[in-house]
Amino acid sequence: MVKVIQTGFYTSVQDLGRFGYQQYGVPYAGVMDERAALIANLLLGNAKNNAVLEFTMTGPKLQFLCKSRICITGGDFQPKLNSIPIKNNSVIVVKKNDILSFGAKKSGFRGYIAVLGGFLTDVVMKSRSMFKNVTQHQTIQKNLFLPIKNAVTIKKQSNASLVVNNVYLEEKVITAHKGPEFHKLTIQQQKKLLNTVFTVSKNNSRMAYQLTELLPNTLEPIITSVVLPGTVQLTPSGQLIILMKDCQTTGGYPRVLQLSNTAINILAQKFTGDKLAFSLI
Amino acid sequence: MTTNVNYKIFGDTSILVEWQPVITKDILSDVLAFKSKIEAFYTSGIEITTAYNSLLIVFDDFRINLTNEIENLKQIYSQKSKRKQSNSTLWKIPVCYEDEFGIDIKEIAAEKNISVDQIIALHTKTVYTVFFIGFLPGFLYLGGLPEELAMPRKAAPRLKIKKGAVAIGGNQTGVYPVESPGGWNIIGNSPLPFFDITKDVPCFAKAGDAIQFYSVTKKKYDDIKTLVNANVFQIESEDYNG
Repeated sequence: MVKVIQTGFYTSVQDLGRFGYQQYGVPYAGVMDERAALIANLLLGNAKNNAVLEFTMTGPKLQFLCKSRICITGGDFQPKLNSIPIKNNSVIVVKKNDILSFGAKKSGFRGYIAVLGGFLTDVVMKSRSMFKNVTQHQTIQKNLFLPIKNAVTIKKQSNASLVVNNVYLEEKVITAHKGPEFHKLTIQQQKKLLNTVFTVSKNNSRMAYQLTELLPNTLEPIITSVVLPGTVQLTPSGQLIILMKDCQTTGGYPRVLQLSNTAINILAQKFTGDKLAFSLI
Repeated sequence: MTTNVNYKIFGDTSILVEWQPVITKDILSDVLAFKSKIEAFYTSGIEITTAYNSLLIVFDDFRINLTNEIENLKQIYSQKSKRKQSNSTLWKIPVCYEDEFGIDIKEIAAEKNISVDQIIALHTKTVYTVFFIGFLPGFLYLGGLPEELAMPRKAAPRLKIKKGAVAIGGNQTGVYPVESPGGWNIIGNSPLPFFDITKDVPCFAKAGDAIQFYSVTKKKYDDIKTLVNANVFQIESEDYNG
């Protein structure tokens, strides 16, 4: 078990999400930065779909009530074990009563905590990813106990670590495919969409990232159609909304771009005020 | 029926198929027929989502060659369907339209200059087509609202709409399957579970089915709710060939 002492700003259990439930209107959910979660699970020898904790802006404070191996990835939030600094992208052995905490954010916007065997919270619709009205909790709660495997056989510190090239945390250009309604934009609008440096607005969450700069828009709404994480919608007021992992399954705004999976990882590490530009694949 | 369909690559691992931009039951049938043919061809590793005039195939494999798959899909679309269309069901949905639940029904009556009873009569006589599920888990997109009941969305959305709320927004009607913010006009509430995470298939209705509402008293509503909570309520239904 792991006891939640402090939750952090927005911390949830996530795996790779729910595949096969879009037809019931159930969002994919799942980790926002798949790359970071995959690295953490890989270093621990976990399956790639093992559930991790995803935290946002500030890290949680956790007490381990059993032995385990853990790995922290994604943004750098200065992790500490019993107040002693530890490194991202390394395998760390934790003992009973050890306390994991975080300092101020140094890079990125989301961090990931993986444990040996993954977090073993309830599986609902083939996934542990927390989502409102699907799992019991939408985020972890203070004093909640998160089940994990008690790794009694672990003897000594592991030295496994990975030199991870984390330049993607600072990347400003994100790659995208043309969306289904891209061709309905005028050439001028297309150029503006592809040549503007946009700013992430304060409306950014696991559901969607809104951009501050507007793209003057004359497109009519479309007949409600399907959308995906990474779909860039253009509203009648010219606002660009990039859907993320907790997004709805359908929408009625024109879909001008569709981000690559790599671009979604990059965007997941951006927050209010960060800059980005689109580049067509 | 011959219909033109367009194929578009949509992101790294998905293909979007689009029909002409109109909302009709013929297009819905064609979308759903194509869906079942695709499901018969790819037995795993894909997920299909449909809407009014569109179908999305997401491949659970980042190595997929989408250009090849589009050719494949064109072949599948042109094949005659081997299986018969899957059966559709007409679901009878109890709704309590009394004041406690139908918080906007008097306002609509005043706006339309008709009685509350007439609104209930119009709302319950219609057989609505389920086009797809979206917006919220278990939210049915229903077609067929009588024109007389069309009512613009509220200027200021409510922050909390009760689970089960039956509502009208523009020319659409629907049931909120879970508590949610929303701007539709609330005319009643249904005690049925439209989204049930304890079931393998969380929604009883599917695209292509039909819905008809019937009016119940608060007493009957409470009785049904008790049976629903005990997991013993049988939703009334019949075969449907609309």
